Amino acid sequence: MAFKDIELNMGPQHPSTHGVLRLKLTVDNEVVLKVEPVIGYLHRGMEKLWENLTYTQIVPLTDRLDYLAALSNNLAFALTVEKLAGIEVPKRGRYIRIVLAELQRLASHLAWAGFMANDIGAMSVLLYGFEAREDILDVFEEYIGARLTVHGIRIGGVPRDLDEALVSRIRGVLSGIPRRLKDIRALLDENRIWKQRTVGIGLISAAEALDFGLTGPALRASGVNWDLRKSIPYSSYDEMDFDVPLGSRGDVYDRYLVRMAEIEQSIRIVNQALDKLPPGEFMAKVPRVLKIAPGQVFQTIEAPKGVLGFTIKSNGTDKPERVKMKSPSFINLQSLEHMCRGNLFSDVVGILGSMDIVLGEIDK
Amino acid sequence: MSPAVSDFVIPVAKIAAVILYPMVMVVVMIWLERRVVALIQGRLGPNRVGFQGILQPVADAVKLFFKEDIIPRQADKLLFNLAPILVMFSSLLAFCFVPLGEPLRIGSYTLTLWIAESPVGLLIVLGLSSISVFGVIFGGWASNSKYPLMGALRSVVQVLSYEIPTGLTVLSVVFFARSMDMVEIVRRQEAAHIWYGFMLPVSFVVFWISAVAETNRAPFDLPEAESELVAGYHTEYSGMKFAYFYMAEYTHMVLASSLVVILFFGGWLPPFPGVKFLAFLHAVPGFVWYLIKIMFFLYLYVWIRATFPRYRFDSLIKLVWKWLIPLSLINLLAVVAVRYLL
Repeated sequence: MAFKDIELNMGPQHPSTHGVLRLKLTVDNEVVLKVEPVIGYLHRGMEKLWENLTYTQIVPLTDRLDYLAALSNNLAFALTVEKLAGIEVPKRGRYIRIVLAELQRLASHLAWAGFMANDIGAMSVLLYGFEAREDILDVFEEYIGARLTVHGIRIGGVPRDLDEALVSRIRGVLSGIPRRLKDIRALLDENRIWKQRTVGIGLISAAEALDFGLTGPALRASGVNWDLRKSIPYSSYDEMDFDVPLGSRGDVYDRYLVRMAEIEQSIRIVNQALDKLPPGEFMAKVPRVLKIAPGQVFQTIEAPKGVLGFTIKSNGTDKPERVKMKSPSFINLQSLEHMCRGNLFSDVVGILGSMDIVLGEIDK
Repeated sequence: MSPAVSDFVIPVAKIAAVILYPMVMVVVMIWLERRVVALIQGRLGPNRVGFQGILQPVADAVKLFFKEDIIPRQADKLLFNLAPILVMFSSLLAFCFVPLGEPLRIGSYTLTLWIAESPVGLLIVLGLSSISVFGVIFGGWASNSKYPLMGALRSVVQVLSYEIPTGLTVLSVVFFARSMDMVEIVRRQEAAHIWYGFMLPVSFVVFWISAVAETNRAPFDLPEAESELVAGYHTEYSGMKFAYFYMAEYTHMVLASSLVVILFFGGWLPPFPGVKFLAFLHAVPGFVWYLIKIMFFLYLYVWIRATFPRYRFDSLIKLVWKWLIPLSLINLLAVVAVRYLL
């Protein structure tokens, strides 16, 4: 039976395209020749929408971009507006932001571990990852009242202080994560089948990764030491002591190991931030109607998925003239075809899973 | 006993039992699988319908009965309808040859707990379980859709490859028992005072791996790999036809576990036959021992599924052609040599 140069449609309704991504695959039997991502099924016209909203109204909408890491989006947008308006966030506010952003990174990475393992068929890991993530979402719920679209970082600081009870609760949650991480790693790290499915699959070299503009854990798995928390520190990250885990080969297995190591580092950062939590205000004085003089800035942060940046152009009113978003998932998705070509059809789901994309952020 | 009873009532009852017994096991297995996987994953699983959710599969079946039966417009109607029947029929028919326990004595009448005892019973069972591959091919091909077709192609290659080590390891048992009659194989293990699983450990391991692969279960569930092929060869099926495929998978698991128990773990025989102070184990009916043993292997199926990631197609084929087939060939040669010398 000839099964050559056949076009295979994967998605937008497919169990492992992580939302509404559609891939047009050209396969020769099971070998992938071409991958063409078709995006836009979740397009909500966010950037245009933001031009008609005030700066403070935009922040909750950024929750809906990368919905697995709402706080990172809040942080990136708030930092950009603060840079544009010249608002200085108090030190305590900056530290609480670090705590929230790193908890969000933990939640995002744990969910990713589950999704990716499930794509490769290790179904139990999904639940182990989600169980750990659930505790973090409970912390968010106690802090601000929401779990997924958190809206926990405001322009000028954070909406609530971290009291003693919440600090000890966060510490409790953090102490529970290593045990679950151990469960996941015991099931996967040295598993022969897992290694057969991930080692040497979806290779991308450091030079190629840089050419494609790959960012985040996927870039670091190729061995490029580029973490904005270290390279261009923002929000007091320069006062934290942590390592940047790096891979060497740039395959799916390295991307898995890098994210697993990042989970450990994030726990370290949160504990440090809680230890050093300075006294004082947590919110800067921000005028109720925030009007910003004409200007344009670009600000980036290291979101769980990669480098997330906003460009805001202001025109003197309380609404931005134009907001442009640099979303990590969108840019990382470009390299999918390069990673998949020549691999088997079964590996496409694994490679796609290892990239950690979120369609809310790609389609905006 | 009157001839009417022994010639008519009992055979009909046995036929009903052979259809009912796998069905009951399927219901138990679906429930057990969902509960055990849930508990391994730190969830509760279905626990609302009936005691601890035991009636959940029944509720699911009722739901599936009322589902719309969709036949895709471009599908080949005849083969599309034939496929689920073929899959179900072949696995149910094989149970005719599976001895469930020791013959029971009722007065002068001996009630055998199998329908047919054939000198080539094992061969027939292996043949019947291969027929189900046709159901899978027909199902995937007749759907006229790409994902089911890929699932069906994978299934053909997989099941045909794994038939070879299955056959070779069964042969090693046959050489030892000098019979292809499953009742006889159990009797020989009784006489030898040792189960073949302990005598032929390599055969047992290879047979068990192949049995998992032939039933398309995780980690070898490539034909229906949900994250890649949506639902594999039965993607286009709905309602009761889907339920047929689903039940056939579990029936096959029960059949494979039965074969493992009969060939390698003494069928209905109680454990520790030679130990004096454990003689009370013989008081337990053989059927119960058989059930306990197959439940162990069915549990193993579930445990494996909850633990391992899925194999990729090429490494799956490499595993069988590079490791299992050479291993079972060497094993067979060794068994024949030992048997000849003894």
